[in-house]
Amino acid sequence: MQVIFTRAGVRSGARAAVPLLLGMAPFGLVTGVVAQQHGLSLLETVLMSALVFAGSAQLLALEFWADPVPFGTVVLAAFAVNLRLAPMGPALALWLDRLHGWRLWGTLATMVDHSFALSIGEQRAGGRDAGFMLGVGLLLWAVWNGLVIAGFLAGSAVRVPAGHPLFFAATATFLAMLVPLWRGRARDLWPWLVAGGLALLARGLEVPAPAPLLLGAFTGAALGAWRDGRAA
Amino acid sequence: MMLRSDVLLAILGMAAVTYLCRAGGYAALRAMRPPPFVERLLQYLPGCLFVAYVVPGVAQLGLAGWAAAVACVLVQARTRNYALSAVAGVGTVWLLRLAGQ
Repeated sequence: MQVIFTRAGVRSGARAAVPLLLGMAPFGLVTGVVAQQHGLSLLETVLMSALVFAGSAQLLALEFWADPVPFGTVVLAAFAVNLRLAPMGPALALWLDRLHGWRLWGTLATMVDHSFALSIGEQRAGGRDAGFMLGVGLLLWAVWNGLVIAGFLAGSAVRVPAGHPLFFAATATFLAMLVPLWRGRARDLWPWLVAGGLALLARGLEVPAPAPLLLGAFTGAALGAWRDGRAA
Repeated sequence: MMLRSDVLLAILGMAAVTYLCRAGGYAALRAMRPPPFVERLLQYLPGCLFVAYVVPGVAQLGLAGWAAAVACVLVQARTRNYALSAVAGVGTVWLLRLAGQ
């Protein structure tokens, strides 16, 4: 199968990512506000957003921020939250296997949940231009940094209380991403039920993150793989 | 503009482990072909990952969360528009909160 990587693909990925920005906005603004409240300078805030580019990892690490910064704790926090990204690359092998050099390692550098989900959808719809994924990632990266800067500058002026409905925007975006991933009841119903049920159960038992997420996701996926293996 | 050395070091450390997460899984796969079971598992992983990600957050909000989840999914299925779906979800939580749920 022919996989290509073109500028047009990058552009079409960026276009596909535009509707996701609304769901990302509250998250980025809050990350900027929180960084400002923990005493980071604007330069430090921008460096973190640009180099780490992972909202939930940044927020969790900022929870532990102090003077001096507890290096081991914040690095471990980033690692724990971002461990979920590790199996995404392998799932995209259909495209990534045909890439080399900066196209491969640069695309992986911009990979976030959104670009992963959209790219899987594009792949399953027959898309063969791997530039799509880089396009999604680059647009989200640029806007993410802009949002964090805006949040930092607005500082305490836009104080949004914890638990405000606006925070549901991030979850809502991920819920919407499930729609194109659904391949019908016969394939996905049981793996998805097991994934969600186990994650919920583990969270209820106060298992620390990201264990509930990984436990649910891998058990659900393993069930699907085992069933397909028996049928084959 | 201020840049403390301990802050810079922490940011570089966070960036390094995050890139390791992003690229490491694929680098391992590229080095050695996975068994068929793992290949099948990877096809199920995207959906399961997002389900396991959203369900605890939705459940935490109780009835409002589940209603909002249904609204998001329905709007997305009908319109294929992520922005509308996000508005539907946030709006549902907001309205049910106002209604005292």
